Amino acid sequence: MKALFFLLPVGIVVLLLLLFWKGLYLNPAQVPSPLIGKPVPDFNLPGVGGTSASLKSADFEGHVSILNVWATWCIPCREEQPELVKLAQQHVVTLYGLNYKDDADSALQWLQTQGNPYERDGYDPKGQVGLNFGVYGVPETFVVDSHGIIRHKYIGPLTASLVNGQLIPLVHELEQGSK
Amino acid sequence: MRYIALLLFLVPVSALAVDTEPNLPNAALQQRYETLTHEFRCLVCQNETIAESSAPLAADLRAQVRQQLLTGKTDAQIKQYMVARYGDFVLFKPPWQPNTWLLWAGPLLLLCVGALVVITVVRRKTRLVHISPTDSTGDDFRP
Repeated sequence: MKALFFLLPVGIVVLLLLLFWKGLYLNPAQVPSPLIGKPVPDFNLPGVGGTSASLKSADFEGHVSILNVWATWCIPCREEQPELVKLAQQHVVTLYGLNYKDDADSALQWLQTQGNPYERDGYDPKGQVGLNFGVYGVPETFVVDSHGIIRHKYIGPLTASLVNGQLIPLVHELEQGSK
Repeated sequence: MRYIALLLFLVPVSALAVDTEPNLPNAALQQRYETLTHEFRCLVCQNETIAESSAPLAADLRAQVRQQLLTGKTDAQIKQYMVARYGDFVLFKPPWQPNTWLLWAGPLLLLCVGALVVITVVRRKTRLVHISPTDSTGDDFRP
């Protein structure tokens, strides 16, 4: 009984310390998306213009795709852009863009100067489609399987290690799963 | 007198309105609009409601609430719309469901544990007091 009185508080303190320790590594800005496991919301958007084609829900059928939500006013997108261009050059996955609450002219200029990694690029100046995707911080990147089901969401800029270490393996895994 | 002045710090000062949109056409709708916008979290600045936040996302969500109220959606439908897109985290008051049972019941649980500890300690102490005077071994109070 005495041992219990000593061990119980110690146990509680250790448990709390473990929780706090774990809390140090949690990022509150990464809110889990309720859209994981759900189909891509229904939408049909015109392209940004120039070489980028329109984007609609049906474009996600039949192959694994990645949807990157971006804007020219978004600073981390600048950081991410070269990674997307590299990813596009590898031709491992269909890469789509969603231009979120942006201005068409600036968006076009960005694509012309920085390179256009997107096969299709939906223009969403009001952010309504973004809202349906639960977008709250740009950049966000969704991985969609060949049935048009959202399987993963990255919040924040993609880095080389994220692309090579997580994104591409996930794409391969989803491709294996669909065969 | 000085202490009375200090009391002023206890008076809640409401933040200046960030929502500059005109009121909804009728008072009942406006009331629902205000209640609802105070229940949703702005996901950009997470400790603010969408009613208080000046983030562009909060403005978009307020516009969404406004528009849905005008088209006759119920409060439950609007909440469902938000949760479907942003998850339970968008609600400032978490719903009562299996993964939040511990969250809601936790304080009560801790109170029970505390009460149990107090009861055990008090019982033990009273037993010691009762036993000691007639206790043949009389070990309790010997140094």
